Amino acid sequence: MRYLPLTPEDRQAMLKTVGVSSIDALFQDVPEAARLDGPVDLPRRATELEVERAFTRMARKNTAAGEVPFFVGAGAYKHHVPATVDHLIQRSEYLTSYTPYQPEISQGTLQTLFEFQTQVAALTGMDVANASMYDGSTSCAEAVLMACRITKRNRAVLSGNLHPHYAGATHTLAKYMDIDTVSQDAQPGSLDDIAASIDDETACVVVQNPDVFGKVHDLEPLANAAHAKGALLIAVFTEVVSLGLMKSPGAMDADIVVGEGQSLGVGLQFGGPYVGLFACRNDRNFIRNMPGRLAGETVDADGRRGFVLTLSTREQHIRRDKATSNICTNSGLMALAWTIHMTLLGQSGFSKLAQLNHERACELADRLSALPGVELVTDAFFNEFTLRLPKPAAGVVDALAKKDILAGVPASRLYRGGAFDDLLIVAATETNTEADLGAFESALKEVL
Amino acid sequence: MAMNTQGRPSKPLHVFDAGAYDDTFSGSRGLDQAEPLIFERGHFDNCGVDLEEPKGLPTRLGGLDREGEIGVPGLSEPETMRHYVRLSRKNYAIDLGLYPLGSCTMKHNPRLNEKLARLPGFGDIHPLQPQSTVQGAFELIGELAHWLMTLTNTPAVAMSPKAGAHGELCGMMAIRAALDARGEKHRRRVLVPESAHGTNPATAVQCGFTVDEIPANEGGRVDMEAFKAKLGDDVAGIMLTNPNTCGLFERDIKEIADLIHEAGGYFYCDGANFNAIVGRVRPGDLGIDAMHINLHKTFSTPHGGGGPGSGPTVFSEALAPYAPVPYVKQDGETWTMVEHEDEARADGADPFGRMTAFHGNMGMFTRALSYMMSHGSDGLKQAAEDAVLNANYILARLKHVMTPAFDGTCMHEALFDDRFLKDTGVSTLDFAKAMIDEGYHPMTMYFPLVVHGAMLIEPTETESIGSLDRFCDTLEGLALAARSGETERFTAAPRHAPAKRLDETKAARNPVLRWTPPQDSAQAAE
Repeated sequence: MRYLPLTPEDRQAMLKTVGVSSIDALFQDVPEAARLDGPVDLPRRATELEVERAFTRMARKNTAAGEVPFFVGAGAYKHHVPATVDHLIQRSEYLTSYTPYQPEISQGTLQTLFEFQTQVAALTGMDVANASMYDGSTSCAEAVLMACRITKRNRAVLSGNLHPHYAGATHTLAKYMDIDTVSQDAQPGSLDDIAASIDDETACVVVQNPDVFGKVHDLEPLANAAHAKGALLIAVFTEVVSLGLMKSPGAMDADIVVGEGQSLGVGLQFGGPYVGLFACRNDRNFIRNMPGRLAGETVDADGRRGFVLTLSTREQHIRRDKATSNICTNSGLMALAWTIHMTLLGQSGFSKLAQLNHERACELADRLSALPGVELVTDAFFNEFTLRLPKPAAGVVDALAKKDILAGVPASRLYRGGAFDDLLIVAATETNTEADLGAFESALKEVL
Repeated sequence: MAMNTQGRPSKPLHVFDAGAYDDTFSGSRGLDQAEPLIFERGHFDNCGVDLEEPKGLPTRLGGLDREGEIGVPGLSEPETMRHYVRLSRKNYAIDLGLYPLGSCTMKHNPRLNEKLARLPGFGDIHPLQPQSTVQGAFELIGELAHWLMTLTNTPAVAMSPKAGAHGELCGMMAIRAALDARGEKHRRRVLVPESAHGTNPATAVQCGFTVDEIPANEGGRVDMEAFKAKLGDDVAGIMLTNPNTCGLFERDIKEIADLIHEAGGYFYCDGANFNAIVGRVRPGDLGIDAMHINLHKTFSTPHGGGGPGSGPTVFSEALAPYAPVPYVKQDGETWTMVEHEDEARADGADPFGRMTAFHGNMGMFTRALSYMMSHGSDGLKQAAEDAVLNANYILARLKHVMTPAFDGTCMHEALFDDRFLKDTGVSTLDFAKAMIDEGYHPMTMYFPLVVHGAMLIEPTETESIGSLDRFCDTLEGLALAARSGETERFTAAPRHAPAKRLDETKAARNPVLRWTPPQDSAQAAE
């Protein structure tokens, strides 16, 4: 087996050193009833070539986003990732290291995390950010728990226009901690009336911007309403590129900002691994209640600047049942990909990228909503918008897929119950060409 | 700039190189190169990506356009490359040497797996594109699920958990849902051995349970009398790692499973150490009800400097109905993904909910399946056996100079305590830092908590006998040096690393969690 260096002779010599007669002697504590006679019922070892063939066969059954006009979003977006990013994250020193528990030989990872935290904080308009979470949805769930710890309240109000998967992950994580998560009804095209649901027991309000239908909202009135009741505003985003063009959540007075970083550096990957971004205000109580790892600056014994994981007394390996979260492994390599892509862009490139995305979406929205029977539901949006179609969107998407156009996400894929069956959520990014837009327009015209 | 007695500047020429050496003009020393933060090197207008020019259309953001600078600099492509390559050289990695971090399983990461995960048919597909266009992805998830269920002899697996700790949540939430379905809301006590990973008690609390610790016996395993005494009708279950964190197989595991079931509770097995027994022992045969599998440990998906992980969680018949959405199922030639709880209920299940957006860490699924298919049933078994043999070889070679925490052989990791350092003035931490000077990543320190000054060494199966011998020779040398009074070799270590010992107390007392422009810090000081 190509990955195993020991030879049969090595094994014999080593058994002798250990002082046992066979490998079975090292497994003597396994109960008799659980000992297997032979290998489990699975195929035997395969060569590299055989494995490649099997994977290529399966991969060919999938339609890759880069092969077709592609407009699917709703929480994950097709963006171009510079070749430099994927090269760098495959360097052995990043790919095959682990959590920087020994800072003297982990300064590479620690400095990149410190830079990552600074970039995330700047983009979101917040003071501090952590070293990443699993993804946007789990960041959202952890933010609600954090808000409950800070306010010592147990009720969270979730916007109905929050991505239903995010609401689901939040509800799941909260329910066994006796935190009441109240989801409003979704209102495509407007902001559901959350402010009225905030009471004196409310720990936080969770609102996505742009929301799952693509609509952009001013969060400031909601922040004021929340703060008036002693509640926190948690602002969520699924498209981090929007922050290049839009007023930041921090500027709209959010207390905790969480979101998905997948658009930068990470790629689609069928939903994961992604990278959760998590930022908050510089308040001692906030920072002490944050989940996840934090890189911090310090000095070494020679007085030279260096970085360490810090404030770990919040974390499970120290605090055990009193920890702020059970998270251990986070999304380090995806955070690295994110920060490299962000470093390549800088604020000028990032803003330009955002502008390109927005313009593409504006053009597409105009062309599609000009088709008979098609209505644009979201009047203000970034790179994603919702259309009302004259027939169920799921069927339209399937019909367009047969024409090799991946047209977007039918709202019914996310919302059950039939109320939004005629809604189609469409995303456009810098990867869409003029030809893509035209192909979508004419194909949609045909299937409607 | 300060001058030394030779009239040379005594500080680096570049003031931003705050991490630089002060005995060279550049701040670097040969291949150990000082590298400032991007914020000290880049400029706001720099960009390393060529983008087409926007048309300058008016925005439609409802008046919510960004105002002012974002405040993040950019670097050109060559500068970016150099920044991250320079920083990478300050990291230790499994590709550089033995990485004996116990419980973390730092083994070789085959590059075939990287290549296959990047096939456009896997790397460039969207989680919400039409199901008809991702049949191959569902097939791969289904195939991986089949391997995991077969290796564990369990009837169900939830694929969506994002890491080991997320898998623990998945398993414990299923237990909570099952108890609630039984109407037994009084069962809220979870038994957790004191040797457990910190994630176990943290997870139990996040599922609304209370934690009751079980002490270890003198042999490093669950104290059966203490365990039995804690059973009662308020017990929800037990969370047990097997092999345990002392590197020992819990030989009473069947009895533990039977007793917890008789008491009406469930058996959560922490599968962090599954790599020691994979292909040789099926946890389902031991009576477990749920177990997460760290694909980044047992099945070698890269640790990436702290993730991503992936924590698929297998279930017994008793807990299978409560598994979360989504899941894939096959009907003839067609695969579908069940994404909604009402669909799952129509399927006869009763899921406790959804744990994350989308379907889990697909990028880790491709890598893990590639690893498993490469090994096959025979290779996986051989890998487990070699991992155990390698750990025992280290234990045998070092037991005369270091002090094993327990008598007898071990599984895949060898646990030592700090008795051999008694009266030397050298702590476990010092000993670990001296290993850095020898070119090794230290072992896991001070864990498990049941052993004083613990040193947990996990070599994994991908080390050759030559590598193990060099490692053992080194540790033997260090142990003898400690006892012969060479204290400074340890207390001043590391001397040959990119950084000297870092002041963690300072970092925690006055947290600096982001870079701020110098003028801001000057203002803050006023």
